[in-house]
Amino acid sequence: MAEPVLEIRNLNVDYGLGDRAVHAVRDVNLTLHRGEVLGLAGESGSGKSTLAYGLTRLLAPPGVITGGQVIYHPAQGSSYDVLALSDNGLREWRWAETAIVFQGAMNSLNPVHKISTQLMDVLKAHEPNMSAHSRAARAREMLKLVGISADRMDAYPHQLSGGMRQRVMIGMALILQPQVVIMDEPTTALDVVMQRQILGQLIELRERLGFSVIFITHDLSLLVEFSNRIAIMYGGRIVEEAPANTIYRDALHPYSKGLLSSFPALRGPRRELTGIPGSPPDLAGMPAGCSFHPRCPKAFEPCGSAIPVLGRPDTPDGAGRSVACWLHPAEQPVG
Amino acid sequence: MTSTQDAKAPAGEVVLEAIGLTKHFPVRRRLRDLFSKEHDAVHAVDDVHLTLRRGQVVALVGESGSGKSTVARLLAQLYPRTGGDIQLHGRSTTVKGGRNFRGYAARVQMIFQDPFASLNPVHTIRYHLTRALKIHHNAGDDLDAALAALLTRVSLTPPERYLDKFPHELSGGQRQRVAIARALGADPEALLADEPVSMLDVSIRLGVLNLLRDLKERLNLAILYITHDIASARYFADETLVMYAGRMVEGGDSETVTQTPAHPYTRLLIDSAPDPDRLTGDIDPLEEDRGNGEPPSLIRPPSGCRFHPRCPAAMPRCSTDLPVRLEIGDAPGHWAACWLYDKAGAQ
Repeated sequence: MAEPVLEIRNLNVDYGLGDRAVHAVRDVNLTLHRGEVLGLAGESGSGKSTLAYGLTRLLAPPGVITGGQVIYHPAQGSSYDVLALSDNGLREWRWAETAIVFQGAMNSLNPVHKISTQLMDVLKAHEPNMSAHSRAARAREMLKLVGISADRMDAYPHQLSGGMRQRVMIGMALILQPQVVIMDEPTTALDVVMQRQILGQLIELRERLGFSVIFITHDLSLLVEFSNRIAIMYGGRIVEEAPANTIYRDALHPYSKGLLSSFPALRGPRRELTGIPGSPPDLAGMPAGCSFHPRCPKAFEPCGSAIPVLGRPDTPDGAGRSVACWLHPAEQPVG
Repeated sequence: MTSTQDAKAPAGEVVLEAIGLTKHFPVRRRLRDLFSKEHDAVHAVDDVHLTLRRGQVVALVGESGSGKSTVARLLAQLYPRTGGDIQLHGRSTTVKGGRNFRGYAARVQMIFQDPFASLNPVHTIRYHLTRALKIHHNAGDDLDAALAALLTRVSLTPPERYLDKFPHELSGGQRQRVAIARALGADPEALLADEPVSMLDVSIRLGVLNLLRDLKERLNLAILYITHDIASARYFADETLVMYAGRMVEGGDSETVTQTPAHPYTRLLIDSAPDPDRLTGDIDPLEEDRGNGEPPSLIRPPSGCRFHPRCPAAMPRCSTDLPVRLEIGDAPGHWAACWLYDKAGAQ
């Protein structure tokens, strides 16, 4: 396995303070390796978006990080904790080392500026020694890289289609060649055809530029096809983490299995499906013990009282995966 | 509140039919256009035919901008059509408002995509359902019993737990069930469901789709299921129709259309859907799509077949002649609007 580029250790994020605080992300331990695509799957209230905003320190109030570290390993130099960076350090780190493509990225572009201006703005902020001419050249190169012809340089966002705006956002995220790109539901609002085109382009770019990706989405079937490893979140915690194929063929956690069977198959035999009964948990009123146990078909004695620990299960392929479930008690806890 | 109609009406009876349905939205004219005789219009829906039968689900599949939601709103008579006909039990209908509209709404109900926006946030569930029952004179002598029956029908039990709640106190899936219950309050024959599960969590979707299927069977409803997710169309619908750029391009039973798609656009849709069995990272930008992956402008749609600029199998004829529905021959009722299947004029 390649070396880690981003290590999230015991991250905790709350909304609000004191007794009424809602624990949106709880004791999350996750590692992103160099050159890897890590898929982060979950539904409403799973904490996946909060995790992304937490680790990039983009949480809007009342979100607050209440514990943990996010260790970043740059290509050169010593590693550091992103959560401990000063304001200046953070400004340098953002966009240059780690970039984020937001959910609804199509609406994240400034409507009163041309896309070239917005692209060059990133360069101006991080590379003050670059001449205007080289900035424009770099912006043009970036647009070409994401499949937008240079003659659209002076277009305003409203003159571009949704798919093109999404590609501009991806171009903007890559313009400083960061090591880590976080994408929060990047293709949710797009057609499947556009989605496949954009993801195809992203794969190509990743092979060329060598960055790592954290891909956040509720669409598990997309992750199975696109990512190397998948982490599944439920009720603010990671409940399972394994290589993509392993999750698809041999998921251990009942929630993972339930989620996988919530996607009607387009190919292969037509199966009767049920999804998962009940509703995603209310983070303000979480059940005792395992947060999934009220909906779990396999719940038994310890599930209602003790929270399962995320760790390596006792299976032949246990070395490369982890799960938080009393059916597979952790041999070796993670984190 | 049991429907007495289903006891008499045979399954398969035609309830609602669209014939050559067309809708063009006028484009706002700028000052200089006032002097021009040309009137630009968005050709949102052109020449759509579909038939809704009792006890059957018809899926209308298409990407955003294909016109599918417009078709639903036309069938619900929420705005007037530009051309074509809508027939309820064989009789041509146009309703603009008032009592006529209410009479129509008693037979044809709609369920919207956004469970957060389709319920009034300042009213309780009791209010929403009571209103539906009272407007359509279905409250009967015992309103409470009628309300309980409605909620039980959509599996929101015990009913007392939900009646006095406000929409924001319910989850997305529960709100959508309330929206379905509200539609059932009218005791309709046809349900037009416009992307009813797209905004719900993945693990909840199947529950709602299974509920709709269950209701279809028990109440002998005719259901139009509009979606961009062709996999759910395969799972839930009997018949699948595919729309592109305002026109219908393929139709047939769901299994045939999804397993052996005939129209190049349908094939593109199915190839693009996530496939967990494809090897990781083996995603190639589809070489088959010769365009830029986007549908055309509907103000000036391409001549001939609207898909021809992107079609890998385009022939010269495709840019001049609008294709007609042609039988594929592999299954009864499977057709595609594509010159590839023109046996008579075979090249």
